[in-house]
Order: sequence, then structure tokens, then C-alpha cells
Amino acid sequence: MIVSVARTALLSLRRDRAALAMSFILPIAFFSIFATIFGGRHDSTSKINVILVDEDHSPASLDLARGLEREDSLVVLTRPPSKSKGAELPEYTAATAEAAVKAGTAPVALIIPAGFGQNPVSFGGSQTGPAIQLLNDSSDLIAPQMVAGLLQKAAMTSMPDVMAEEGMKYTDKYIGGFTPDQRSRMKSSMDQWRKAESDGGVTGKGSASGGPIAVKSRAVVGENKDMVSFYAAAIGVMFLLFTASNSAGVLLDEAESGTLDRVLSSRVTMTTLLAGKLAYNTLLAFMQLTVMFLWGWAVFKLDLLTHIPGFLVMGLCTAFAVAAFGMLLASICSTRAQLGALSTLVILIMSSVGGSMFPRFMMPAAMQKAGLFTINAWAIDGFTNVFWRDYPVQQLWPQVCVLLAIGVALSLIARRIARRWEFA
Amino acid sequence: MKVHSMADASPRSSSGLPESIPLEVVSLVKRFGPVTAVDGISLELRGGECLGLLGPNGAGKSTLIRSVVGRVIPDAGRVAVFGSPAGSLEARAALGWVPQELALYPRLTCRENLAAFGRYHGLSGGKLTESVAWCLDWAALADRAGDLAKNLSGGMKRRLNMAAGIIHRPRVVLMDEPTVGVDPQSRNRIFEMIEALRAEGAAMVYTTHYMEEAERLCDRVAIIDHGRIIAQGSHEELVQSAFASRSQVLARLAGPPGEIDAWVERHAGRLVDGAAELTIEDSTLIAGLLDDAARSGLKLLDVTMRRPNLESVFLHLTGRELRD
Repeated sequence: MIVSVARTALLSLRRDRAALAMSFILPIAFFSIFATIFGGRHDSTSKINVILVDEDHSPASLDLARGLEREDSLVVLTRPPSKSKGAELPEYTAATAEAAVKAGTAPVALIIPAGFGQNPVSFGGSQTGPAIQLLNDSSDLIAPQMVAGLLQKAAMTSMPDVMAEEGMKYTDKYIGGFTPDQRSRMKSSMDQWRKAESDGGVTGKGSASGGPIAVKSRAVVGENKDMVSFYAAAIGVMFLLFTASNSAGVLLDEAESGTLDRVLSSRVTMTTLLAGKLAYNTLLAFMQLTVMFLWGWAVFKLDLLTHIPGFLVMGLCTAFAVAAFGMLLASICSTRAQLGALSTLVILIMSSVGGSMFPRFMMPAAMQKAGLFTINAWAIDGFTNVFWRDYPVQQLWPQVCVLLAIGVALSLIARRIARRWEFA
Repeated sequence: MKVHSMADASPRSSSGLPESIPLEVVSLVKRFGPVTAVDGISLELRGGECLGLLGPNGAGKSTLIRSVVGRVIPDAGRVAVFGSPAGSLEARAALGWVPQELALYPRLTCRENLAAFGRYHGLSGGKLTESVAWCLDWAALADRAGDLAKNLSGGMKRRLNMAAGIIHRPRVVLMDEPTVGVDPQSRNRIFEMIEALRAEGAAMVYTTHYMEEAERLCDRVAIIDHGRIIAQGSHEELVQSAFASRSQVLARLAGPPGEIDAWVERHAGRLVDGAAELTIEDSTLIAGLLDDAARSGLKLLDVTMRRPNLESVFLHLTGRELRD
């Protein structure tokens, strides 16, 4: 009897493709995504972009810059990427570097001030020279800490001569100085180190320790802000996608009950019907976002009231794209069960790759690029630009254009597929 | 059997189609892959007339109806509603379709359902309000106007389904088995609704499996099988055509089974559920029939002689094999 019950259940599962997909494809898809992000099975490691401004141009600052450039986990940018071949843009200055961090070009900028080379390192916190400035975007919690650590490492490994000279000063001061012979041998050794440095022989692979270089950190984006807006957008978009596909699924109910046939036999055409559904789903998604952000404002002190224009623009564009996505899924599927399985599969994958589950800057470069094919990534970027970077509405055009284009494209595809309901 | 002539002297519309004929179907063909669902059907519905469509399951009735409402594009032939091609705005406005399915919004009230379908047909303002009120009265749902459709009884849902199909007061109504699954009381109420609608002058195509409904409601009946109209005419015309002046005899007999079979065979009849079904040319011939039974040693348990009805015609023309 037990076998009979199990056999019946197995037969039912075999004929339910939606349940089969949910049972086997979704876990495999998710496992693969998480393994790629956290399991190190990827070819391209995630690198941190660092803007470097050398105002000193001393041997010490050049050594330090070279040391940073040798770090595998950093991409050191000294000038903005050129938009046309052969025409190099001018190097970053302190002001343009700060603007670039604010714009999200890089999460960290290092500014080596003039005069740094005269007294680059100190032991025991007694440095008198100017400190290196570390400007960061506080939405990225990892990058500034990594860069600060690697900066100290670069100092220790890229400037052995400077470190040694500084050590000699301390020896002179506290121990009583070197004999002429000792000084001569020390000079000879330092010449060798300098030669090795200029030949590129210092690998920079040593371990970082201590903090001989003075660094002043300053958050230029997101000061005094918490991550509520990020999570409101990230979580909000994911649930919007679920709601939109579920709401669009009403179309399948209507097709099954015969209501769709009846409606299409009236003056309502398929285009009118889909446009009406799209308008409703857009409005519903926008209302959901509004409620979520109002909740964030009331309970978590999200700064909604000073960002209303940006919220309206991003909210409506996101809602439109999400609604069109729901319409497309509904038009592809034949039954509610199919829609449930497909939407769960696609939305969870989109949300994980697109940054709704964990920030995209934590992902490998290839996956960050893959995220650009998701609604989540563009919507989250847009909301971050509004609430984190305080962008005015006109600077949201890339996200607005992409989301609107996604919405229009998906709507047109959905309309095309919906022809199967139109006539027999 | 009377088959209406397609020729007429009606005025023509701008499309060249006759304007005054509520519904005209000419040589309609629709194929689904290798299956020919409708195979050259022609029919005509006159003003104020109720035409019954009878046919076994899969005969092509639904495809025909869906072609008329423009939901199926035929491979050949044409459909005209008051001279306008099926699917055109004019045809949609003139047609009211009551599908067999309960095509309603379950979470809307009766009034909201009617208002929604009214708007889809272009009604608004006072006209919409007036039409909704008329339909609620017509369907005897005025006291349930605020109830959700999903909470109505089966009969009420059927009536609301009908009301939603005629909210725009169409001149031609297509009823697809409107009494499926309802109790006798609701069925009677539906009959009254249909008769009221006809009294207002609406022409109607009525699809049903219930012969007594067709006999009661329809002026003419078209019997469809394998995508073709195999007979068309009034009830009397169909019976006359299939059976002429013959009568049907139903007899239950007791006796040796072999003798019963032989008796039925001698008189060109058949056994249906243990009863002999025979046809005689004249009612006076029944005496000879019964004498022959007695001579064969068969005992007559009961006997009925009747004039063939629509069901007799239907089974005579379409056979008794299951079609599902």
C-alpha cells in the first residue's frame, strides 16, 4: 500500500513539469550561482578600483604608487578612462578624484599629498609630514579596509630604502649612532635595494604589518547614511518581480475561465487589454515601492522626503520594467503552475545575480557584468544614485533609459507572444 | 425539411453584404491541423428568430460559434452580422455571446461584473447604469447585485453569465448551452429570460444538448455532425424529413431472448436498454406487430406508440455511438 501511494505521487511528479523544474533545476541553479560567487570557482577575481592622485611626485610616492600597481587585487586608476582611442584624459586631481568616487567610478581614492616624500613613514605614530587621504564610498564596506591594508603592505615592501633610512634615524636618535664603517656598509646595501626597486625586483608579496604610513580616511559618499535605502531597493525590486508575475498571471486565469475570450469578443482588442493590464501592474508595483519606502522613512529614518523627485522617476521606471517582465512571463506560460515555477526560477536567479541578495561589488567581475542584464541591477543602481549619491533627476538617465527600454522591449515581446490567445 | 434560401432581396451594406439579415454564414470551413472542425457550413438567422444548433460533442458547434464572434479565423467562407464581417466593430456591437463557461470575474460583485463588460462594449454614464439595472432585473439578480460572483449559486452564476453577454443589448444573441448544470427551477427561469429577450426582438442562436429545450425555444433547428449541417428546419420539418408519417413503437417483452431478437429483426427494429424500438408506417399496423409477438410466444409487458420527436431525429441522424 505504501508503495502504491509513493508510485502515484511519483507518476504525478513526472507529469508536472513545473514541479520537476522546481525540484531539480532551481537548487542546481542556485548552488551554481553561490558557488561561483563564494566558492572561488571563477576565473576572474573581483578587483577593487582605486583612484590614485600623486601630488608629491617624490621617489617615495612613486615607489608607493608602483607598489600599489603591483597588487593583484587592485586596479589603480590615475586618469579617467578615455572615451576615444589615442586621446588620453588628464590625470585625476584631488577634486576630480573625489567627484569620481561620488559618481561611483571607484569606491576608493588615495591622494598622496605634496610633501609626503620628505617624511613618508613613521614608527610609533610620531609622523610630522602630511598624511595620505583615503576617500571612500561608504556603501562599500570592504574596499576601503582592503585598500588601507594594502597601502601599508605596499609601503613595507615597496620602499625598503625609505624604511631603512627611517630605521637608521631612530638608531641614531635612541641608540647612539653608527660607526663610519657601519654607515658605509649600510649605504652600500641601500644602493642595492634602490637598484633592485628600479629594476622591479621588489615583488610586493610580503605580508602587511603595522601602520608606518599615516592615512586619513574620509567618506565622501554616504556620510551619516545607513544602508536602508539600498535594502529597500534591493529587496523591494525582488518582491516587485514576484508580485508582477503573479498579478500578470490573472491573464492565464482569464484565459482558462473563458473570460479572456469574452472580453476579446467585445470592443476590447488584445493590445488594449495588455496595455490596460500593464498600466495596472505598473501602478501596483509603484504603490508597493511607495509603501516600502514610506515604511523605511517612518521606521528606519530613510531620507525619502528630500529625494521625492528621484524616487518618483526611479520608482515609475522600475515599476514599468517589472510589470512588463511579469506580462512577458505570463504570456509565455500556459498555466498558473508553469508561471509559478518559471517565475520563481527566473526571479531568484535575477535577484541573486542582480544584487538583490548581496551587493554586486562583492561578486566576480564576470558576474557583475552578467548582473547588467537584470532589472534588479539597474533599479538598485538608480535608487542608490538617488538616495546614496544624491544625484539630481537628470543624472539618472542611464538607469531610466535602460529600464524604460527593458519595459518597452518586454512589452512588445509579450504582445507578440499573446497572439496565441487572439485568434484560433 | 425547409432550408432557407441564401438569395434575398435585402439592401446591401457598404461591404456588399446584405444588411437586414442578422447572421449569415456562407460555406464556412475551419481546419485544425488534420481535423476539419467546420466543413462548409452555411446558415442564416432571420430577425427575431431562434435557431437551435444540435450536435454531438466534437461536431463543430463551438468552432462555428467562435467563428461568428470573431475568435476563430476561418480557412474559407464568410460570416456576416447585419452585413458586417465577423470581428468588425459593427459585428461586435451587434452580437452578444453567452459562452458555456462561466466567464465572469469571481471577485467582482454582480453589478461590478455587468458594469465591467458594459464598459468593454463601450457603454458609459447613464446608459451603462440603466443597462446594468435592466440586466439585473432580467436575470432576477437585483437583490443580489452586491454579492460577489463567486458566492452565487450555480443557477445565479448562469444567469449572471447570460446577463454579462447581453449587457450592451445586442440584436443577435449566441447562447452556448446556457442551462448546463442548473436545477429545473433555474432552467425554467432561464427559459423565461430567453423568451423575454426574444419578445424584445433579439435574434438568437441557441446551442444545447437538451432536445426539449430546442423544441420549446427554437423556431428552427440545425443538426450538425462532423462539421456539416446534416439537417435543418423546424421541429416538424425535421421529423417529417426523417420519419415521414411513421410512428415509433417502444415495447418491453418477456420471453426467450432468441425469440425477442428474431422478432425485433423481423420488424427492422433495435433493442435499446432491453426495450424494443420499432418504426411503423401507420398506427394501425401496431395490431399486426403485437399479434406476431404473441405467435412467437412473447409476453407483452408494456407498449408505447409515439410520434418521433427531435431526439428521435437526432439519434436517427447522428447514430448512437459515443463521440467523446
